[in-house]
Amino acid sequence: MTLTPPRRTRFALPRGERAWRAFAIQAVVLVLILAFLAWVASNVATNITRLNINTGFSFLARPAGFEISQKLVNYGESASYADVFVIALLNTVVLTAIAIVFATLLGFVIGLARLSSNQLVAGVAAGYVEIIRNVPLLLQLFYWYFAVLRPLPAPRQSLSFFGIAFINKRGLYLPHPVFEPGFGALLTTVVAVLLIGLVLLWMNQRHRARTGSGLHSVRLIALFLLVPPVLVAWLTGFPLSWDVPHLAGFNFAGGLTVIPEFVAMALALSLYGASYIAEIVRAGISAVPAGQIDAGRAIGLSRHAIDRFIVIPQALRVILPPLGTQYIVLLKNSSLAAAIAYPDLMLVFGGTVLNQTGQPLEVMIITMASYVLIGLAIGAVINLANRRVQLVER
Amino acid sequence: MNKLRPFLASCVATPFNAVLSAVTLLLMGWLASDLLSWAAFDAVWRGNSARACEGHDAACWVFIRLRFEQLLYGPYPASERWRVAVVAMLAVFAVGLMLLPATRTGSRRLVGLLALCGLPFIAAPLLAGGFAGLKPVPTTDWGGIMLTIVIATWTIATSIPLGLLLALGRRAELPVISYACAIFIELWRSLPLIGVLFLAVVMFPLFVPQGFESDKLVRALIAFTLFNAAIFAEVFRGGLQAIPHGQQEAARSLGLGYWRTTGLIVLPQVVRIVLPGMINTCVSIIKETTVVLIIGLVEFLAVLQIAFADPEWLIGDQVRQTGYLFAALVFWSLCFGLSRYSARLDRRMRAGAAH
Repeated sequence: MTLTPPRRTRFALPRGERAWRAFAIQAVVLVLILAFLAWVASNVATNITRLNINTGFSFLARPAGFEISQKLVNYGESASYADVFVIALLNTVVLTAIAIVFATLLGFVIGLARLSSNQLVAGVAAGYVEIIRNVPLLLQLFYWYFAVLRPLPAPRQSLSFFGIAFINKRGLYLPHPVFEPGFGALLTTVVAVLLIGLVLLWMNQRHRARTGSGLHSVRLIALFLLVPPVLVAWLTGFPLSWDVPHLAGFNFAGGLTVIPEFVAMALALSLYGASYIAEIVRAGISAVPAGQIDAGRAIGLSRHAIDRFIVIPQALRVILPPLGTQYIVLLKNSSLAAAIAYPDLMLVFGGTVLNQTGQPLEVMIITMASYVLIGLAIGAVINLANRRVQLVER
Repeated sequence: MNKLRPFLASCVATPFNAVLSAVTLLLMGWLASDLLSWAAFDAVWRGNSARACEGHDAACWVFIRLRFEQLLYGPYPASERWRVAVVAMLAVFAVGLMLLPATRTGSRRLVGLLALCGLPFIAAPLLAGGFAGLKPVPTTDWGGIMLTIVIATWTIATSIPLGLLLALGRRAELPVISYACAIFIELWRSLPLIGVLFLAVVMFPLFVPQGFESDKLVRALIAFTLFNAAIFAEVFRGGLQAIPHGQQEAARSLGLGYWRTTGLIVLPQVVRIVLPGMINTCVSIIKETTVVLIIGLVEFLAVLQIAFADPEWLIGDQVRQTGYLFAALVFWSLCFGLSRYSARLDRRMRAGAAH
């Protein structure tokens, strides 16, 4: 994602005859590149006048006039193309975020299972990775959508999860949290307690580092973290309730409805991403030299302490960079949504809006720039995390 | 036998491990027996129409058998399918040459690689026809596994050399070339493949002068080449960075110029290092070919999807499930075989580096 200039001496320009040759070669290449770009630009210009294509970004304010099956923000009937862009962008971001969370969780579990001393478990985990990684993602997506979710029964015969969540051919129905008045106060209390707790923890650690003595009581910490929120919740009359979906007529009412396209995308992306993340995790943990663990054991550290202070910090250094790359790959793969009509950025904006407005240049620039920017944002977050775990050499 | 004992011991080493093994074994046994009875024992193997599978909630291999030709060739005219067979035989020959165990120099593998790279230039005219009495077959009639292979081989054959040039360019000491290559590589790498295909289909006509005709397959192939060239460039860059600079200095001091240094000293070492990475990229290209169905090309998966919609086969979900299982088996055996081969090369390389 970043432009890394070649290493070695930074362009040590040669002198004499070779300098002229280098200059000439570069001048020719530059002229050729510019000429090619100019040729393309002039083609675009003539084609746009020839085909009578509108230009400019004013189309964004015009009403879009088509329905989208999943809207996280409702702009009502008269949604403009700009509103549609926001809806589609959010659909992509939410899908990617959820897939990243599940892929990471599952990937860590499977990666650790591959390193298990129990060879049966390790073998099953290896089997999972080898099967999932070597089958095209699109095929897996089709399987989940057309062969698993679509044949599900109608709402009346829904599969029920303990009576609070349901799945049927129309989608997944989950309980929806309802925030009653007073929830704001509860949320503030929780955040405040966490913040104060962090500050106290930091002070305690500094104190311990200086003097070697300090508080270390799990019970006290739990008491501190739990009592104020519970007290506030009781005072405000427990301001959080759950809206559980229930059958009303031929469909479900209430709750949170997740369309089957989203479920299929999230399933396929998470399972596929997990197989790659598992390999990254395995490689990262295998990269910690066995001598480090032996050394930890030799100075009498517990199994838990060895993991916490020796293995995990060193493994994270190896794991984080490829993990970030994998997250960006996951974002890019989320555009496969076009195949099953999940209304993501690529399908809604790069597809429907492009066709309706007939302005391919502007629409494509916006779409592509959005993917590049989200990718850069993911990269930036990972870089931030990476900086924290990097080796600090003194 | 000498491997079985430590395996069993590891499964029951601690009480927790024993419980874990039991649970895994139960789960796997249940899954495997279900899958086996669905896909093999209860499956419908005989029959000549959809009626054989009706009402059977198990794999319907009759569907695959009756539709096999279509899955292989898509809408390619039946009378011209021998051409595909000729191309396939050439391809098998080239691949076989490449997979032969290398004796000493490994040059035979290089010959195979070259043969594979040259194949598209024979295959494309033969498949398209339109000369020497061969009936022209428009690319819209190419399909099935054949199209999947066409796209994959074309992409591999063109994006490897282009990627190599880009990687060399990125490391060049000339800033204009270096930055131009870096920008090209990073631009393509940051776009999703679907977006690149949309670009190719929608934008390509805007980029070229009026009257410049090109069909959808050609546009998709150009998009695949550029997209994967950027990925190969990064694979090669890793290898180029692994070559000690002293190698180039030694070559220079012998009086070799840039191209001879690169071709005779650097690249032979680079290829050996990056071959596993290259094969892994080939695996992802094979998987990516499925994506062209989104822009309306009828590759393997698209032919399957069309076949499922045939009213004759609307007899239940088992047809669809069988189709997906079959496609998964085809892709899996191809990709798994290649990735095993790459892992073996990798291991051998590490072993070679050790002494």
